[in-house]
Amino acid sequence: MEIFIIFISASIVNNFVLTYFLGICPFLGVSNKIDSSFSLGLATTFVMVITAVASWLINHYILILFNVPFLEYVSFIIVIASMVQLVEMFVKKTSPVLYRALGIFLPLITTNCAILGLALFAVLRDYSFIQTIVFGIGAGVGFTLAIVVMAGIREELEMADIPYPLKGAGITLIVAGFLALAFMGFAGLISA
Amino acid sequence: MEQNLYLLGLSSMGGLGLFFASLLVFADKKLRVEVDPKILLIEEVLPAANCGACGQPGCPAFAEAVVNGIADVHECTVGGEEVAHQIASIMGVEAKAVQKKVAKVFCRGGNKETDRKAIYYGVTSCSLAAKVGGGEKSCKYSCLGYADCVDSCKFNAMWMNANGLPVVDEDACTSCNKCVEACPRNLIELHSPDIKLHVYCKNRDPGKIAKKTCKVACIGCTLCVKPDPENIKMVDNLAVIEYSDAYLGLEECAKKCPTNAIAYQLDPIH
Repeated sequence: MEIFIIFISASIVNNFVLTYFLGICPFLGVSNKIDSSFSLGLATTFVMVITAVASWLINHYILILFNVPFLEYVSFIIVIASMVQLVEMFVKKTSPVLYRALGIFLPLITTNCAILGLALFAVLRDYSFIQTIVFGIGAGVGFTLAIVVMAGIREELEMADIPYPLKGAGITLIVAGFLALAFMGFAGLISA
Repeated sequence: MEQNLYLLGLSSMGGLGLFFASLLVFADKKLRVEVDPKILLIEEVLPAANCGACGQPGCPAFAEAVVNGIADVHECTVGGEEVAHQIASIMGVEAKAVQKKVAKVFCRGGNKETDRKAIYYGVTSCSLAAKVGGGEKSCKYSCLGYADCVDSCKFNAMWMNANGLPVVDEDACTSCNKCVEACPRNLIELHSPDIKLHVYCKNRDPGKIAKKTCKVACIGCTLCVKPDPENIKMVDNLAVIEYSDAYLGLEECAKKCPTNAIAYQLDPIH
């Protein structure tokens, strides 16, 4: 039951993008096509889960064991950077089209604050190993959900008659605001 | 204790770094993609417009197609002769001369010239208006005037004039073919700027109806055919020019036209 609550909390109630405002740059940058946004969501989810697992292991078997908790950020960043590099190699090999569609946003997952945020939250909340994995999956699903919903709306907006000054970034940010507002409906359902 | 901490920090970070580095080295060996250096060189000289005029999905795909022998070096119409020569020198082949072409809009029935049959309140897009009743104008061959071609132009070479017709800046036009594809009525064609004479109408209705719907329609009077019967033919009440390599157009043909549907050396910016 607790695991289920963690999953729902991470993916919907405390959605990383729409309630914590983490990982906004790919959320706005790669949300113009459903296909590529879904792929970016999958890539980010993969990195999130791996990071969650690795950060738990590092935290418990290196940082706490050797009593060097001040190396937390550095070690998590190392994990994230190498995982992103791995994903980039994999995408480049398996789907050059997707590699081109994601462009700069693929390596930018490295500095996606949602991922470092996830690792730090997991440590801060003292999750167990299983809880950490579920937290990672939930956060990834939440990120994918947010970015795909955004892309769906933006695809519809392509055909809409938008006032000239609002075209492009203006309407995108307004829509993001509305989405955040909609997700506020879940606020307080589950705390933290 | 203090020294111990240094050692622990160094060794744990070093160990982590080493572990992930070896993981990446291993992954690199498994997942490496070999790229022909020529592809990168060609990509650099291409205009990076990713317009698809060459028939390939974007410039990187075109570079790859050239290296693999699928596409020819001169197929990038946007880059023109200069880029063709650069690609040819990278590939070590001789480039053929590229004939410059520009987009020509074959309708002059703007808001002033054409009759209205309805008022259209839908989405301002030609492709959609063409599907719902064919827009506002009574001529069913005319320019719809909702600027799909202008929207498709990535080079700022097109805009709508005050009369509601698209205008092409022939110097800025790169003959990328986007506007040709965007027009639901197939009014735009690519032609060499050297050709002076064009029929600026696609109306195939009988003369009586055509005259009623638009002041500058081709009414099928066949007067223009007489000075140049080899190159101009009448097809379904419409004068059609059969373009060939040597064709440049005769001024007499335009002078005969009672409606100015066929024009000689029409000023491109009007």
